[in-house]
Amino acid sequence: MEKFTAVTGIAASFPQENIDTDAIIPASYLRSLGSDLGAGLFARSRYGADGKDNPDFVLNRPPFRQSRILVAGANFGCGSSREAAVWALQRFGIRCVIAPSFGDIFFENAFKNGLLPVILPEAQVRELLSYLAASNDPTLAVDLEHCTVATPQGRSIPFAIAPARRAALLEGLDEIGQTLRHGGEIAAFQKADAAKRRWIHAREQGLVASRARAR
Amino acid sequence: MPESFFDKVWNQHVIADLGDDAFLLHVDRHVIQETTCAQAFKNMARDGRKTRNPELTYAVIDHVLSTAPGRTGDTFEGGREFVHLMRANCAAHNIELIDVDHPWQGIVHIVSPELGIALPGATLVCGDSHTATSGGVGAYAWGIGTSEVEHVLATQSIVQRKPKRMRVTFDGKLAPQVYAKDLILYLIGKAGISAGRGHAVEYAGSAIRAMPIEGRQTICNMSIELGARAGFVPPDDATYEYLAGRPFAPKGRDWEAALAYWRGLPSDPEASFDREIAIDCADIAPQITWGTTPEDVTGVDGRVPDPAAAPDASRRAAMARSLDYLGLTPGQPLEGIPVDVVFIGSCTNSRLSDLEAAAKVARGRKVAPGVRALVVPGSASVRQAAEAAGLDRVFTEAGFEWREAGCSMCVAVNDDQVPPGKRCIATSNRNFEGRQGPGSRTHLASPASAAAAAVRGAIADVRKLAS
Ligand code: SF4
Repeated sequence: MEKFTAVTGIAASFPQENIDTDAIIPASYLRSLGSDLGAGLFARSRYGADGKDNPDFVLNRPPFRQSRILVAGANFGCGSSREAAVWALQRFGIRCVIAPSFGDIFFENAFKNGLLPVILPEAQVRELLSYLAASNDPTLAVDLEHCTVATPQGRSIPFAIAPARRAALLEGLDEIGQTLRHGGEIAAFQKADAAKRRWIHAREQGLVASRARAR
Repeated sequence: MPESFFDKVWNQHVIADLGDDAFLLHVDRHVIQETTCAQAFKNMARDGRKTRNPELTYAVIDHVLSTAPGRTGDTFEGGREFVHLMRANCAAHNIELIDVDHPWQGIVHIVSPELGIALPGATLVCGDSHTATSGGVGAYAWGIGTSEVEHVLATQSIVQRKPKRMRVTFDGKLAPQVYAKDLILYLIGKAGISAGRGHAVEYAGSAIRAMPIEGRQTICNMSIELGARAGFVPPDDATYEYLAGRPFAPKGRDWEAALAYWRGLPSDPEASFDREIAIDCADIAPQITWGTTPEDVTGVDGRVPDPAAAPDASRRAAMARSLDYLGLTPGQPLEGIPVDVVFIGSCTNSRLSDLEAAAKVARGRKVAPGVRALVVPGSASVRQAAEAAGLDRVFTEAGFEWREAGCSMCVAVNDDQVPPGKRCIATSNRNFEGRQGPGSRTHLASPASAAAAAVRGAIADVRKLAS
């Protein structure tokens, strides 16, 4: 996983609540491993019916084409489990999303990929949104080591994050590699559990194939 | 200490306490579908990792398929890559695949309970947000992302933080033409789409106990639209009756042992919950959505609400945007709004009982001129059972298309799409902008309400047709 320590850059405002993952990356980009997810980010609002850039969409306006951070309304990333929503943000260049809350699956997916989801209280998110709307230098600095979001004027807002999640991001930990070290415990669990719930573990393969032949 | 169903199931599955509120949980059943596992297998190949327990892994193809009669995995060009990758990856990892032409093929969440893959008190995960559907048979089932799919394939376990416990109690008797779908939409309308965030939801109450297992699956299916990853109905006799004899359900002595274990799972009477919601079902009318999130819902006899009456500016803006997108006017009665497409299908509402409810309305009637109406059974087994009962003929004689099983028009990853600007009454679970295709306008409703809309050519109150 990509490490995350800090990011400083242009922050774009997405003040609406409930931005779902269908909006972040439309389904038409989910049919191939080769899809250009960066181009697909927010495709439905980003492009007009003719396929050209929609000039009103925030990421099409300078300097927001270079956005590294999003500041969004509550429940960002709700809906579909598609991890491509996180990948699309990253391909575009986004490293961090700040919002009052996130969809549960999106939140989890973000951590697995080194995209930092920062939860701040509603009032502070509103403060950041007004700052970004008024500023001619719409940049923010997000520092995971010190757990702060700061404006160029020196306003610094602390945020909370589970220590284990923070550590995993700072180190770029491979969670699967970590869990594989628990291989012995997993095996012991399965053995003990099979004694109690044999029906969970005792499946013999072959039923699927036999039914297919029987047709 | 009294425990809830969820506490008991959680405790049974903890392999290790990882600290900082994180636990390593055992995954009893891992179900994979073609669109969300391809990248996981690719990463595993890169890292030289194997599937730890292929015998606990089940695979189906459902999303990127054509549902045209006689289709194969190649009929929809755009889906071929994932269909072929799925076959190759399953073969390489020794995972049994329920392939496109298999008599058990279907939407992953329809197939999991139907085949007895999902079992009471079992953990079941799938790279798909509607995995909680299997909570209808009492599984602790939840949707995961692709990185987690890879983690589960490699380790048969998952890192989880324990969600809070919520209980939703549905009491009272349902009025005629009111179905499970109406109950869950009503709940989401009342509580909102983020009420369940961070929670695992137990559905309880007399209405749930009286509800057949297929209806419970419909309720659990839309837990994610309430914001919760997991929702379940603890098992009871109806659950055991439903599961007995299903292909992957335990047999013989295993069945007896399982039954004894399952009977101990329901929440203790004194169990506590972090949040409780009570719903009285008696007053619930058939529901229909009027906006672009599932909480934008009202009784079919209601009107399009006025954004001016919204409690705050952000809600006002969101409502105005929804109405603009859907081409609706504040104050307009919902009943009578013309529709172009009717979609009866999806993991929410494509089981036999759903098709029966729709067929009852469609029987002896005709789809209104100019309306395209599709019936897409959730699985090949449902399709076969419906044909045995003659439902296919009821639908085709009325002018509905009778299609093969798959996700179809629920999601625009295949060729069943709602054209731009067209209005669709759908029995699926998401009315997001563009969900059914770019510019598509979606209203969610029950199968009976959808069938009523098809024959009326407009949003219709099914209670008036039924009498
Ligand atoms: S039917 Fe729709 S919601 Fe269900 S699994 Fe398929 S795409 Fe997802």
